[in-house]
Amino acid sequence: MKHYISLASLLMIVWLLLSGHYNPLMIGFGVISVALTLWLSFRMNIIDAESHPIHLSGNLVKYWFALAYKIFQANVDVVLRIVGVRPIEPQLIRIPFPEQDDLSKVIYANSVTLTPGSASIEIYPDSVLVHTLSKEGAQALIEGDIANIFPVTSGVKKEETQ
Amino acid sequence: MILDWLSAALIAAGALLSVIGGIGLHRMPDFYCRLHAVGITDTLCSFLILGGLSFQAGLSLASVKLFLIFVFLLFTSPTASYSLSHSAWKWGLNPKGVEDHAPSAKIKVRE
Repeated sequence: MKHYISLASLLMIVWLLLSGHYNPLMIGFGVISVALTLWLSFRMNIIDAESHPIHLSGNLVKYWFALAYKIFQANVDVVLRIVGVRPIEPQLIRIPFPEQDDLSKVIYANSVTLTPGSASIEIYPDSVLVHTLSKEGAQALIEGDIANIFPVTSGVKKEETQ
Repeated sequence: MILDWLSAALIAAGALLSVIGGIGLHRMPDFYCRLHAVGITDTLCSFLILGGLSFQAGLSLASVKLFLIFVFLLFTSPTASYSLSHSAWKWGLNPKGVEDHAPSAKIKVRE
């Protein structure tokens, strides 16, 4: 139920920000479309802890800031490699996932791809195949460069077992 | 006035990164490495340009929309890169220059 309330308030905020007209008619249209969206997603039964992870929203914001710093560092590194200051040494490595539920697998693989200089190629049940541009990048990923700042997502497991 | 200079500097830095990404696209040896070069234009370049534009817009609904574009890019660009690299891998394109003494075991089996 709390997922539906959070989704409804999120959709309404997005509607108000995107429309920019605050007369009763436009807000009424907004309420109707939010209600329609909620009814459709209730009929399709797609709102759960995986598609709307409110339990880790605070952790996710912290993680995004840490990840933005990593992305900045990786950008500088890749720019230096393109210009020719550092060598290009491609590597293929296989990295185990830090957590085993589907949501954290997706977040981890996307973070690896979002960081320039490393891209996930193939997902295996327990690990991900990563192509990196340099030996140092591969070494850093194996030592847990992204896994160390990864948010704790054990809330999903708890809800499943209850 | 200061905001104008700041946003000009951010947009110029973003444009420079975009050019460097384009150079990398031609310099890199194979498909997978080119994907990394494009990663620069996907991430820091677009962040800088959107940040510079939102300084121009100030605190208004336009900068909220720029922020939403930023969030959409954050979710769609890794998905697009992954689908490109994954389909190249599935069709049997081997990465060039991968050395045998990689930090962990190299994968040879393809499922």
